[in-house]
Amino acid sequence: MTSMPSSPASEGLLMVERYVMSIDQGTTSTRCILFDHRGRLVSVAQREHQHHFPRPGWVEHDAVEIWRNLQRIVPQAMDGAEADQVAAIGIANQRETTVLWDRTTGAPVGKAISWQDTRTDSLVEDLRRTTGDDFFLDRCSLPLATYFSAPRIRWLFDHVEGLHERAERGEVLFGTMETWLIWNLTGGPTGGLHITDVTNASRTMLMNTRTLTWDEDLLAYFGVPRSMLPEIRSSAESYAVAGSLLPGVRIGAALGDQQAALFGQTCFAPGEAKCTYGTGSFLLINTGTQVIRSRHGLLTTVGYKIKDEPAVYALEGPIAVTGSLVQWFRDSLGLISSAPEIETLARTVDDNGGCYIVPAFSGLYAPHWRSDARGVIVGLTSYITKGHLARAVLEATGWQTREVVDAMNADSPHSLKELKVDGGMTANNLLMQFVAEVLDVPVVRPMVAETVSLGAAYAAGLAVGYWPDLEGLRRNWHRAAQWLPDMDPERRESEYDNWQRAVERALGWIKPAKRSLS
Amino acid sequence: MPGAVQSIERAAAILRLLASGHRRLGLGEVAASLGLAKGTAHGILRTLQHVDFVEQDQATGKYQLGAALLHLGTSYLDVNELRSRSINWADALAARSGEAVRIGTPLEGQVLVVHHVFRPDDTLQTLDVGSLLPLHASALGKVLLAYGATPVAPLVEAGLEAYNRHTLATPEDLDRALTEIREVGWAAEVQEMIIGEAGIAVPIRGQGGLVVGAIGVSGAVERICDTRGRPHPNLVALVRDAARAVSRDLGAARW
Repeated sequence: MTSMPSSPASEGLLMVERYVMSIDQGTTSTRCILFDHRGRLVSVAQREHQHHFPRPGWVEHDAVEIWRNLQRIVPQAMDGAEADQVAAIGIANQRETTVLWDRTTGAPVGKAISWQDTRTDSLVEDLRRTTGDDFFLDRCSLPLATYFSAPRIRWLFDHVEGLHERAERGEVLFGTMETWLIWNLTGGPTGGLHITDVTNASRTMLMNTRTLTWDEDLLAYFGVPRSMLPEIRSSAESYAVAGSLLPGVRIGAALGDQQAALFGQTCFAPGEAKCTYGTGSFLLINTGTQVIRSRHGLLTTVGYKIKDEPAVYALEGPIAVTGSLVQWFRDSLGLISSAPEIETLARTVDDNGGCYIVPAFSGLYAPHWRSDARGVIVGLTSYITKGHLARAVLEATGWQTREVVDAMNADSPHSLKELKVDGGMTANNLLMQFVAEVLDVPVVRPMVAETVSLGAAYAAGLAVGYWPDLEGLRRNWHRAAQWLPDMDPERRESEYDNWQRAVERALGWIKPAKRSLS
Repeated sequence: MPGAVQSIERAAAILRLLASGHRRLGLGEVAASLGLAKGTAHGILRTLQHVDFVEQDQATGKYQLGAALLHLGTSYLDVNELRSRSINWADALAARSGEAVRIGTPLEGQVLVVHHVFRPDDTLQTLDVGSLLPLHASALGKVLLAYGATPVAPLVEAGLEAYNRHTLATPEDLDRALTEIREVGWAAEVQEMIIGEAGIAVPIRGQGGLVVGAIGVSGAVERICDTRGRPHPNLVALVRDAARAVSRDLGAARW
């Protein structure tokens, strides 16, 4: 745990400082952060949880371990502060990860199935063939994919003896991670509150995007009993008071992590967009109160909903492999010993030397959605060195961003004017400059890098009146760095053309094969 | 077991010799001290110079131990790694101090800016990562000099450029300033490079306490300093907190 005390010079000495706590239940760890009134980080505590890989393609977490981790890190993050100094708790979480548990004992039914898990691929393929995409797009705005929660619930019913009957009898509850944590924070088996928020519900494939309620047709289609589903609430409203872990503190927000980052980046106006660069990358653009059905391979999702105000929607372009390509370069090729060294290696050369890497390790996500694609390295000549490969690794992230932005500009009435960025890869200057070059818009990094946590804190603080309004939050946003485009337009276009030709070579590599369900 | 390699024994003897004295040695002195032919000693010195274990003074041609020897046993810290590891602390420092933050490492007799966080007032500012600052006229550079992250001698021999009347342009003034920096643990630059601008910097230490860089704030002299031209103690404290946090992240035990 680390903490930086607030500067006495900038705070009132006589007033007891109050904070907002954010909990970020992420894919690899759970983090708890206290923020002060100016949105500055006061303390951080974090704990990783285990990943379980029982079979190829299966990825699981232990929901009990995650809840225990939270119970350990909350007191660490408090770092001597009293519960009455915490104005509210906001939760951001990994999306689509599915956990089912027993209503009376609180014990999970098996492990939580991670969003990365692809065990439902045959099921999804079969359903998609028989039903087609429109049935789903018309209701939940999402194409059927292994990514989302509903196929996982269906899979569990098909594979766990008696589970469907127990769910029908109301003995089993479903939740994504925020639902599981809120239920436990508010008493668990003894009166735990069973709720989710609109952003998380919008990733289940069970919520109607327009009415923001569970969709009867979808529930019937997947065979999901209503009684197991949490109540859908706004992203920011005072849900309940926490129990023994933080007695008396109000839980004021829950958002999926990428929506939380959009909120933390204060992308409150239509056309404002952010990209979080991590293992994968997620670009979201605010589209206002309008549901836009993408014609260019983007996902329509709920951005946030504050109290009784209308929901704000977003278009999302997930990119599967960005930071993980650097990790592969480090761990599997061994050409660098730490991820940041990719920049050092890339700077040993002036350009990519004609080499392009399309990292379609498990197909391509937005905007292609091609599971039959696999990675390619093209343009190899005897001239190419590891420095050129390092460039190509970084440029792959830039070009994949460009493809998503092109799709957004085609779908949304607002074209992108500036991209707000966050996540670990924003420490890479060469990459950030390249993103600005290929998008031909300024790329800006905010002073608080922890935008997911900050977004959850902002929403919770807004719900309880700790911050007055969105404008107040905007004033907390400060530019820490800015990269401006400076690339010859002709070169940009010819490089983009090369990239697109490289992508063509990645598509269709996997031949269709009939797989049997094990 | 094969016998000892004679040239490596001789190289080791040369390193021991250079390490034992407090002054640089000429080729003749090295050869005479070890009873070697000048040609042999020269060949070995050239090789040691090639791997950065020995440095040769440009003006006098005399030899001393090289900077690479200081880094032996500690992993060489990549500058991009340094940026990655310090980015959150640098952001927090900018947010708390209200000033621009820079992190510098030595590069060929200058300070290389490896990270820059804008002053949090949303005015137009330009990212200057990759630019170079003078060692003797910047707070970052003086920290690097004071803690041996880069040698003072070549700088002094090349002549200390005076940017204005505040610049430490004589070896005596610089030496006195570096001694004081080592005593107090931080450096200030008050209009020494640019009139109206001031800065504060503190060393960043890596494993074993080795200074690998410096972190500092800079801005208008009236914000950084009091009316007598002395840096505000609370700003100094903020920079020291940030440096300590980064150093701990890098594995420096005691800071």
